[in-house]
Amino acid sequence: MKLNKIFKNTLLVLAACLVLSACATKKEVATDIQGQMQGDVYTGTDTVEYLADGVPDRVFFATNESILTTASRETLRAQAAWLRKNPNINVVLEGHADERGTREYNLALGERRANAAKDYLMTYGISSDRITVLSYGKERPVDSGSNPLAWSKNRRSVTVKAN
Amino acid sequence: MTKKILILLFILIPINANALIEVDITRGNLNPLPLAVSPLSIDEESRKGFEKILKEENIGSEISNIVENNLRISGLFNPLDKKAFLQAPDIANLKPRFEDWNLIKAQALITGKVNYIDDKLRVEFRLWDVLAAKEMMALAFTTVPNNWRRVGHIISDKVYERLTGEKGYFDTRIIYVSEEGPKTQRIKKLAIMDQDGANNKFLTLGNELVLTPRFNPASQMVTYLSYFKNMPRVYLLDIETGTQEVVGDFPGMTFAPRFSPDGKKIIMSFAKDGKSDIYTMDLENRIVEKITNHPSIDTSPSYSPDGKYITFNSDRSGYQQIYVMKNDGSDVKRISFGNGLYGTPVWSPRGDLIAFTKLHKGKFYIGVMRTDGSGERLLTENYYQEAPSWSPNGRVLIFYRETKTNSKGEGFSAKLWSIDLTGYNERQIKTPTDASDPSWSSLLSN
Repeated sequence: MKLNKIFKNTLLVLAACLVLSACATKKEVATDIQGQMQGDVYTGTDTVEYLADGVPDRVFFATNESILTTASRETLRAQAAWLRKNPNINVVLEGHADERGTREYNLALGERRANAAKDYLMTYGISSDRITVLSYGKERPVDSGSNPLAWSKNRRSVTVKAN
Repeated sequence: MTKKILILLFILIPINANALIEVDITRGNLNPLPLAVSPLSIDEESRKGFEKILKEENIGSEISNIVENNLRISGLFNPLDKKAFLQAPDIANLKPRFEDWNLIKAQALITGKVNYIDDKLRVEFRLWDVLAAKEMMALAFTTVPNNWRRVGHIISDKVYERLTGEKGYFDTRIIYVSEEGPKTQRIKKLAIMDQDGANNKFLTLGNELVLTPRFNPASQMVTYLSYFKNMPRVYLLDIETGTQEVVGDFPGMTFAPRFSPDGKKIIMSFAKDGKSDIYTMDLENRIVEKITNHPSIDTSPSYSPDGKYITFNSDRSGYQQIYVMKNDGSDVKRISFGNGLYGTPVWSPRGDLIAFTKLHKGKFYIGVMRTDGSGERLLTENYYQEAPSWSPNGRVLIFYRETKTNSKGEGFSAKLWSIDLTGYNERQIKTPTDASDPSWSSLLSN
């Protein structure tokens, strides 16, 4: 699904804001009615579980995208630090898509999202041997709603302990 | 191996080549042809014989009901109410009183007879042109009694073919994914049924997620995606024996499988490192070939009926669009250029069209376009629908549709639907559970 113009502009403004580190204005710019999305990326914590204190288990994506947001990268760095401290733990990265796409494309998209997370963990020193990627496409939504907020929660990559 | 179901077929009387009635299949049929399907006549001894084996009180009526139902759901015919029939089935089969059938406005008449002979089911039927007062076709079948539903489907196919000039699609099956449970934890099983919904059977138990089953056009084999041991892989299943095997030895997810038209290859996607490419595997020598090589997502491949071309969807342009290439992966051409996203291209068995799913401004469409991308025609619009599969004669598309949930996330359902290529005759196909990912078989008998 294409981002509509408002979302696109919002993202641009937001990106500019982040580049300038002018985060004081962040809240005014890009919060939706429920305050849980920026652009169409989920920023809430409703569905998030924790691998350890301060280590969220999942990152969220924009529609049809697999680019990691600033928040996602922060989450993944925390995961990488935790994985470095726990060298015996292996993980499965489960990639997911929302329901607004064809099933087969979504399987591929879920794989691409999980791989984006995997690549980031690897750049922070986690061996690819410890990471398995598993795409569920649109098969395992966490939120059964048919609305943009529910879809944003479902576009995710979740890091799950494999052992 | 496929168990051969033997149906002997005799032509009773040479077909009259100059029949008058003809049904034009190419336009949306708003005036379905009125026709009368007389119950097949049956003598008391045969009736009792079949009642004992098949637990059907009157197999003659039951077979005619199958024919009547098939012809009705095709949308091309309007079977008249049996209560209005003036002539008894046995006499009508010998020599219809055409004035009587004319009186109730029937333009065609189907009559027939069922016999129980040497533990076999023998069925003869005749198709009559009421206005011309002529016999158009007469055929007889002998088979094992358990095949009685198939006899009804074969009669329907013969009538359809005689009146439209094109092969029918009634003696066919649908394989699909049965769905149960909450949307966040769906239990999915492979299921198979006759095209009219009868003989539904589950092929897997629901222990692992299964998706996208597709028939081999040349046999009763199926390829599908299974999450067995949490490893999404393409599998091959023999419906007759129940044996299954994983297709190829790929270090990652394989998905979106389909057979080549000759049934000798499987074409599918393999996902690795965030990119999905299209591969084929020869089922005889197990040789794997990489067909596309691009950092994008290339998936949902489907062969042209002559096997020379492949259509697929790719997001190499930035968004999901439909492409056509030669079967060796050369000459890749984008063919979808309308507004929105395009996916799940499926080549028509007639070769001239590609059916697809389109997403535009939050709505999903099932449509068709010519193989060069021209002549795009949207057949149906809905909140969510996708994955069309062609009837073997290329006249009907089956697909699945999901409902929008309410504000509490309730009310989700997934159902199978079909629609004519003309855009008319949209109807839900009843299944015992929710259903998705339908795939239509070839004609079981030719």
